[in-house]
Parts: sequence; C-alpha cells; structure tokens
Amino acid sequence: MKLEEFTIKFPRLPGAMPAWHGTVSAEELCALCEEAQRGGGKLLALWGSDETEQNAGYALHVALVTAPGLLVLTLPVSCDKPVFPDLSQIFPAADRMQRGVADMLGLHPGGGGNHRKWLRHAAWPGNIHPLRKSFDGTTRFPTEDDNYPFVPVTGNGVHEIPVGPVHAGTIEPGHFRFSIVGERVLRLEQRLGYTHKGIEKRFEGMVLEQGARLAGRVSGDTTVGYAWAYAQAVESVTHTTPPPRALWLRALFLELERVLNHLGDLGYLGNDAALAFGFTQFWILKEDLLRMNGELFGHRYLMDRIVPGGVACNPDDAGLLRIAGMLCHIEQNVATLKGIYDDHAGVQDRFLTTGRVAPDLAAQLGLTGMAGRASGQAWDVREQFPCVPYDRLDVQMATHRNGDVAARVIVRFEEITESIRLIRLMLEKLPQGEVRCAVGEAAEGRLGIGWVEGWRGEILVALHTGKDNRIHRLHPHDPSWQNWPVLEHAIIGNIVPDFPLINKSFNLSYSGVDL
Amino acid sequence: MYQIIRQILRTGIKTETPPQPDDTLRSQIQEINAQILHHVGRALAIRHVDAGSCNGCELEIHCLNNAYYNIDGLGIHFVASPRHADMLLVTGPVSRHMEIALKRTYDATPDPKLVVAIGDCGGDGGIFSPSNALGDKCESYASCGKVANVIPVDVAVPGCPPTPVAILQGILTAVSNLKAR
Repeated sequence: MKLEEFTIKFPRLPGAMPAWHGTVSAEELCALCEEAQRGGGKLLALWGSDETEQNAGYALHVALVTAPGLLVLTLPVSCDKPVFPDLSQIFPAADRMQRGVADMLGLHPGGGGNHRKWLRHAAWPGNIHPLRKSFDGTTRFPTEDDNYPFVPVTGNGVHEIPVGPVHAGTIEPGHFRFSIVGERVLRLEQRLGYTHKGIEKRFEGMVLEQGARLAGRVSGDTTVGYAWAYAQAVESVTHTTPPPRALWLRALFLELERVLNHLGDLGYLGNDAALAFGFTQFWILKEDLLRMNGELFGHRYLMDRIVPGGVACNPDDAGLLRIAGMLCHIEQNVATLKGIYDDHAGVQDRFLTTGRVAPDLAAQLGLTGMAGRASGQAWDVREQFPCVPYDRLDVQMATHRNGDVAARVIVRFEEITESIRLIRLMLEKLPQGEVRCAVGEAAEGRLGIGWVEGWRGEILVALHTGKDNRIHRLHPHDPSWQNWPVLEHAIIGNIVPDFPLINKSFNLSYSGVDL
Repeated sequence: MYQIIRQILRTGIKTETPPQPDDTLRSQIQEINAQILHHVGRALAIRHVDAGSCNGCELEIHCLNNAYYNIDGLGIHFVASPRHADMLLVTGPVSRHMEIALKRTYDATPDPKLVVAIGDCGGDGGIFSPSNALGDKCESYASCGKVANVIPVDVAVPGCPPTPVAILQGILTAVSNLKAR
C-alpha cells in the first residue's frame, strides 16, 4: 500500500519490529486514528486491560499500521465512566473487537455504535467481565439463555437458513444465519464465540516462558506464526536478540507453514468444486511435507519449535538437503496441478466471479492478509516491514484485483511459488552457530509487540508484563477478526451452495477470534 | 482430461503398501478393517464435533482422508449428521459455549454409539484448563475441560495433536470395546 508520511512523537519499543507506544487522550486517539486512516494506514488490533491493581483504572489499546511501522496507542479509561470513543466510525473492522472488549472488560464504545454482545453467549451473566482482575477465572455460572438479537430480514419470500454451530464437515463450530430468497443470499449474519475457552484469562499470571506453549495453540493451523509473534514480544520486553541461525530457521518454519496450509486449501477448493482429484493430489503433497517436518523437526505442524530466545531444534546438513528435495517434489507437482486447475472448465466456472470482494470494499472494510491481497490490498509485513531474515530476501508480494474465489486461488498458487523461492534462499544462506540463547527477566509494566505475517495474514501479540516475570495481560490478534465481517459481504447475491466454496477460499480461524 | 489421467498414473497408488513384518501401520490398518467387520458388521460412520479445540486436532482428522491413510478404503467415513453416525469423534476442551450443542449432538446419535475424545485437551482439558491448588486440572468460567465431563467417553486419544495413526488406533480400540458392552 502507498502510505503517506506519518510522524510519530512517541518512544520506540525495543525489539525486532518497528513499533512505537504512547499514552493519549480520547481526542488525540480519534485524531491519530483519522490521520492514519487518511494516510492509507489501517487498524491492526484493539484490546483492553485492567489496570485497577496499579490504581490506574482500565485502558484501551489500539494498534495502527502507519508508514514508519506499528503505532500502539493507550487510552486510560476511568472506573467511574468506562467509556471510550467508538472507532468503528473510522475503521469498520473495530466493531467486533470493541464488542469483545465490552464483554470481557466492561468498557463500552460511546455513541450510537453496535452494543450487542459478541464473545459472551450464555455461560456467564452480562454484569460479569472475565478479564477484570477481580474475577477468578475458575468461577462458574449456571447457563443462561443466549437471547442473541439477530438482525431480522423481512420481505416477500424471504426465509432463514440457520447453520451450526455443529457443521456438516470437519470444521470448527460457528453459527451462520442466511436470509435468502429462492437460493440467492440476501444477507448472512455470523455468530461466533462458540470456541471461547478463556485463552486470554489463562495467559494472565503465567511466567513468560510458560506462555509460549499456549500462544502456539491460539489457532493450531497458525502455530508457527503465533509462536514467533509471542517470542518477538518476550524478546522485546527482555531485550533479547536470538542468534542469527534461529531467526533464519523461524522464517523457514513460517514459510513451511504457509506452504502446508495453502496446499491443504487448494485441495479442498478443488474438492468443493467437485474435483475430488484435486483433494487427493494436494493432500498427498501436504502429507509428504508433514512427514518430513515430523522426521526433521519432531512435530508435523512445528508446534513448540519456536521458543523465546530461539528455536528448539537444529537441522543438520542432511536435513537441509532433504528440504531442498521436498521443494522440488512440491514445485513440480504444483505446477502440473495448476495447469489442470487453470484448464478445467468446471472448476473455473465455479471459481470465477464467485464470492467477489471488490478492492474498494476491501479497503473500506480492512480486508487483510492473503484474502486482502486477492482484492488488491497490497499488505505484507514480510515485504513492508521486514525483520531478519526477510530484509535480506526481497519478498515479492502476490496480489490480484478480482477479489473472487479464483483470485484467492491464484494468490495461494503464487505464494507457494514465492515461499519455495524464499526457502531455497534460506537454505543457501542459513548462518551457522547457536540456535537458542538465554532470555532475561522482564521489568514490570512493559509492553512487548510481536508482529508476523502468518499464512492467513498479520498476527499480533501484545504482551503487558506484570510482577516476577509474569504476564499481566496478553492479547493475541488473528487476522480473522478483520476478515470474518468481510465474508458476510462476499456471499451477498451468491447462491447458498456456493457458500462452502467461498468460506473455504477465505479459510478463517474460529479459535483465533473466539479466544 | 489427458493431463488429469497422466497425473493420476504418475502419482500411482499412495495408500500404504501391502503387509510386511515390520510395517506396523499396515498391520494396524488391516486389523481395523477386520475389527470393524467383526463388531459392526458394516461400515463405520463417524460424526466429528469440534467442541472448542484450537483446530490442531482437526488438521490431523482431515489427514485421515488423504490417500496415505485412505480411511474410506477401510470402510470408515465421515457423515454430515449425528443421526447417521455410529461414532462421535470429539475434540476439545469442551467450551461452555459448546456444552449444549455437544449434548444435543450426543442425544441425536442413535444407540449403540461410541465416543472417541481426541487430543490432550479432549482427554484431560489440556493446556486450556487451569490447575487447582492440588495441581489437578479444573474447569474454568469458559471451559468444561475434558469431553468426559460432558458426555460419556469410550476412548481418549492423547497427543497434541495425535497423529492420524494414533487417531485410527483410538477408533479401533473403541470399536473393539463395543463387543465388551
């Protein structure tokens, strides 16, 4: 994205990523958000914290992407009037994040914004806010009625199809309410939060080292992305710089994770378009890669391989050679399969123009990551804000402007090719030496930021430290926060049977946003 | 079409190779096949329920469908409704928000039914369950912990996530339990 110059007057946070942090008033917060938005910037994440133990009331934190990097703004919120300005007027993507803050902390957006609950269903009453420090995480309440006020759609011939939370396939739980006429979708309303298992409350009080394992399980399919972001955040607050070889291996893992997920999605997208051949072929390649991961690194999905201070495994030269061989195997087969997908009239008929998100709508709603790049939103942390080793690799971002299922398929193919190129460079230039260093203690009251381009999009981990090297508050942010609401738009005017295909083409995380 | 056929021929048959004395996976697969026929007398229909997992276990359940494990070839298939299922494959921990949906899915599954809990979280609540003063895993405001806290479980398969082979073993163990009932 073309970002206009943006001057930041706040101090820079230590660490691998360009991030600045400052405390602001409500007016300053709105002014800076508007300025960032006008300059082409965007909202990355929004979360709250309870500072009452420090006699500082509550706080709202907002992370914005601007030209120099990430700007994190903290707005103190008083206990007497726990209200903050409604930022969804500037960034529509803020809506669900704000509702999450209202449920979890009892801080509310002012004005006429959306005040419906989001993460809370029926497991605890509305006057209870689990992320308040006064709340004991093991308290249990009897189940109440959910009574969620869905938006009704009326008119001649309109009817509703409620789907979920238990879906027909092997996917995560969520509720989709389609309002349709005939087989055309007038409106989709999502109700998520079913996998809310109290991850953010679990983080609180953990020792920094302990948190790494939990961070790797916020969304299992992005375990590398989260583990790296968490490690960056811890290394920021403890002033740790991991050895170079560790940083290069982390990037190697991140690209392997990207290839794994894209292979799986391309297989399922073929399958959803009635080409079972595609599923069979791509999932053979995925399994080949998983088995290699398991044998070389000790875990098929590379869970717990990235730890604060470095990485937990160190491949030898024979291992690196094996990766190179696997890349050739995948590259050849993917090229053949791309030719088959491209030439297959039935598949292209299903892919083209289906679930379209035009670039201007994508920009307005803040569509991000891989799906954003398929709708002309040229954001990629690896290219725009490269840390080691991406600063040495000249990442080529894949973008497309059609914004349909076909575009999201093409971007996946191109990203596999680019990741293979990057991994080859990494194998060639991988530095020798240690892969892990000691991590010091963190002072209380620090903020650490981790910011990683996962396969789905930007992962943010915001770490606020407490006493005795423990976590005071941790917010893991998944790009699915931004992209789920856009899926509601992508389906409008499409037929119901195309929803599985459109949904798969985004492949968003439930666990990552339900927390 | 020519390209598709050429690629299929070039790929060959990936389903794990015929029995060899040291090929443990293959002997397990054959045993599964025999057990299913012996105990159920037909194919085994499985309904998967994600009751609150991180989606890691789902990744490995998906892999069961790939050509290497080819569970369809063993007579095991995933079905879209609990009403068509012999077995529920449940990943967890069970979130409070999925508690009712899981109970209803269980009630909708016809008897005799089997339940296999998948993963460390399905088995004991895993990393998402806080520990109490005695160091035991306990429930939280948002999580019911292990699957067995909500519905009866026949077999729990540990692992984070368990490998496809471990999940197959769990399915076999549950099927052979059926006879003992």
